[in-house]
Amino acid sequence: MRRLTPLPPQRAADLVGRYAAERAVARRRMLASLAVLAVLLVLASYAAEVRPLVLAGNIGKFTAYLGQIMPVLRPDHLGTDLAEWYWGLPKWLSLLGETLLMAYLGTLLGAVGGFVLCFVAAGNLVKSPAIRFAAKRYLEICRTVPEIVFALIFVIAFGLGPMVGVLALAIHTTGALGKLFSEVVENIDMKPVEGLTGTGASWVEIVRFAVLPQVLSNFASYALLRFEINVRGAGVMGFVGAGGIGQELLVAIRNFYYSDVSAILLMIVLTVFAIDLGTEKLRHRLIDGEGER
Amino acid sequence: MTERPAASLREAALADLDALRARHPDQFRTDWSERLRGAAVLAGIAGLTAYGLWTLDFSLARIFHGLGRLGGFALEMFPPSAAGRFGVFLHALAETLGIAFLGTLTAALFAFPVAFLAARNVVPNPFARFAVRRGLDVMRSVDVLIWALIWINVVGLGPFAGALAIACSDFGAFGKLFSEAIETCDRRPAEGVLASGGSSLHRIRFGLIPGVLPVLASQVLYFFESNTRSATIIGIVGAGGIGQYLTELIRVLELQQVAFLVLMILVTVAAIDWISGRLRRAIIGGSR
Repeated sequence: MRRLTPLPPQRAADLVGRYAAERAVARRRMLASLAVLAVLLVLASYAAEVRPLVLAGNIGKFTAYLGQIMPVLRPDHLGTDLAEWYWGLPKWLSLLGETLLMAYLGTLLGAVGGFVLCFVAAGNLVKSPAIRFAAKRYLEICRTVPEIVFALIFVIAFGLGPMVGVLALAIHTTGALGKLFSEVVENIDMKPVEGLTGTGASWVEIVRFAVLPQVLSNFASYALLRFEINVRGAGVMGFVGAGGIGQELLVAIRNFYYSDVSAILLMIVLTVFAIDLGTEKLRHRLIDGEGER
Repeated sequence: MTERPAASLREAALADLDALRARHPDQFRTDWSERLRGAAVLAGIAGLTAYGLWTLDFSLARIFHGLGRLGGFALEMFPPSAAGRFGVFLHALAETLGIAFLGTLTAALFAFPVAFLAARNVVPNPFARFAVRRGLDVMRSVDVLIWALIWINVVGLGPFAGALAIACSDFGAFGKLFSEAIETCDRRPAEGVLASGGSSLHRIRFGLIPGVLPVLASQVLYFFESNTRSATIIGIVGAGGIGQYLTELIRVLELQQVAFLVLMILVTVAAIDWISGRLRRAIIGGSR
């Protein structure tokens, strides 16, 4: 076996020196970013009125609160205790159904809006920069204003009720899905589009026969993902009077109906879990189905 | 020039349509089972939509009436004006940014160690991992506004409750994302550290963390962007920030000020998007 020959001392010292210098630069950069972060942290804590003492003093309240909202469940009276905990089950279930329907309709209407606009906002299909710019800015405004702000305004214009929640979700979804859809469209294979253009097809025909077959499964997958998000969003629409289970939860929390809080929260969490699992399965099937073709 | 051959190709194909049909029967055959399935899915979607529209009291009259009022609101929004309260709004906006920043950072700091517990290549025990993951899922599936209501009970009304609410709901999201990043991280450095005699803590510190840190940092920045949006609404339940003013002003129909606030929010969000986008590119580029 050959022995390793050590570097000449001159060269070794040189390399060690250079390594130390590199490390020092990295360390200085790290320290500088940490310092910036610390300054920002202090500024943010000042702006957000952080009171660590209040938190430390009241953290017991948080755990106590979690304890209070737990229902009383005794093993020998389990049936009656459960019935008492879920005393409002029929009403809550129908509200939960309403919430899911709101999320469904909001996603569907929003997806239709995003579907129509995404082709107009896609750079490879629309050559006029003015139309594209208008479509993109419209989608951006829809996306940046949170749905609950739309709901606040719509409640005044349309009156209270789940319809308002659906409209607010639909507008926000249009913005979010329109952007994702148009990115999908911008990444398609352009050869079918050129082929159809070559046979003299109209713009609508090109979209229908060259673009749509390439993007549909991706669109469906994004729409399902948005449905998941909208179920959560629909759950709090009731906070501003726009329908769904949120109103009941708000009343329960504000009025300290402790066991109701945990009952409704548990229902929401379980529903979100179920929807997440279901849509994940569906999305995998969509994407796999695409791969087989 | 290019028009003519295209048009003539189309005409030739149309004239020859019957012969084309005879020569390529497969291309022209209708797949009825596929069509039926598509039609069934569409019918299902349409049916559920109709049921939903009917149960949720959609009425054209209400929509038209409301659209008329909305049009009126839109006109009243112009010109946007702060009505001399620009300083107050600016303060509220700073509060909003503070909430988003603190919430994101706190969530990231707490989620960082927990994410290792939820990663398959760090904790091989599936039961421990499952428990950590479901815990994170529960925190994630409770909306920010609900967290805010709960924290208001603990620390009182104000932006602090908002920051804690964002921290809680993001903690769940970060835990999931971070653990996925750790699982997809390159295995070789970690194996190298073990092979040269490092302990499993050394493996995490020198084999995993350097690889995942840039990815995590870019995810944190991305969440900071989206939390700026969430922080604008958290005031609706009384947890501080610009949302408080937005809610009040919408309720009393001071629409010029509402428009001004919305513009302020749009500009801020765009600025944050731009800055964090540049930072993210710098971080990801620097790691290569």
